[in-house]
Amino acid sequence: MDLQAIAFYVLSAVTIGSALMVVTARNPVHSVLFLITTFFTCAGLFVMLGAEFLAMLLVVVYVGAVAVLFLFVVMMLDVDFGSLRSGFARYLPIGGVAAAVLLGEMILVASAVGDRGAAVTTHYGASPYSNTEQIGRVLYTDYIYFFEAAGMVLLVAMIGAIVLTLRHKPGIKRQVIADQTARSASNGMRIITDVKIGQGIDA
Amino acid sequence: MSVGLNPYLAVAAILFTIGVFGIFVNRRNIIIIMMAVELILLAVNINLVAFSSFLHEVTGQIFAMFVLTVAAAEAAVGLAILVTFFRNRGDILVDRANMMKG
Repeated sequence: MDLQAIAFYVLSAVTIGSALMVVTARNPVHSVLFLITTFFTCAGLFVMLGAEFLAMLLVVVYVGAVAVLFLFVVMMLDVDFGSLRSGFARYLPIGGVAAAVLLGEMILVASAVGDRGAAVTTHYGASPYSNTEQIGRVLYTDYIYFFEAAGMVLLVAMIGAIVLTLRHKPGIKRQVIADQTARSASNGMRIITDVKIGQGIDA
Repeated sequence: MSVGLNPYLAVAAILFTIGVFGIFVNRRNIIIIMMAVELILLAVNINLVAFSSFLHEVTGQIFAMFVLTVAAAEAAVGLAILVTFFRNRGDILVDRANMMKG
């Protein structure tokens, strides 16, 4: 058993273990932290597969952005997470059966494809370029429209998230720059006469 | 490469199954459900990258990148909806989310 195989088995064991903890942990904050572990070890698997660029992308996008977003939401929402787990034991048997059936089917299909599928019979030549250069050469030529569509998806998601969460609380004074600069001496000042002593004025 | 294609596909299958199992058992907690969806998409990515690597064909990694993009957009919009829902309702119970029934 060589070093690469050991690395693969350790990484995949950690991936599967932490993925299980994501769905079974009592505290959602722990779930998010285990999700981060899962993504990290998956990035390790990607590196082993020779997809270094995608591995770094996974670390930056998921660990740096998505998981932190989850963490923020979990910590900001004041929810009693204990009550949310009440159906856990009830759905455990049916979920376990469904998962076992699904896993059996997928392992059968995957082993059939892996033993006799296109990945065994087809062999493209190894590329002389590095992984990142290969991706760049294909992404910006053959898949340029898909790439721009992905950008549009991200833009729409960003605007949607802002529109959904932005709110103006009534009763809060905000700075309105236009009103400030439009203000002049004629409408900003008035002369008050005839103030009775000890009573003050109401604006 | 000393580890063949089958072990990677097996890991992806197990990860996908864990995601589906997580949706089953955490039916009331929308945050865990969204994390389970992320696990499922990650399993898909492992499949794409494994095939891409063993075929020496980079297209699979391009598609994995698009999956990553859509997953990030989904997480952002989903969590925004969740925050809005929590503001309006004061809880995030999935089985009581019936405000749009009309």
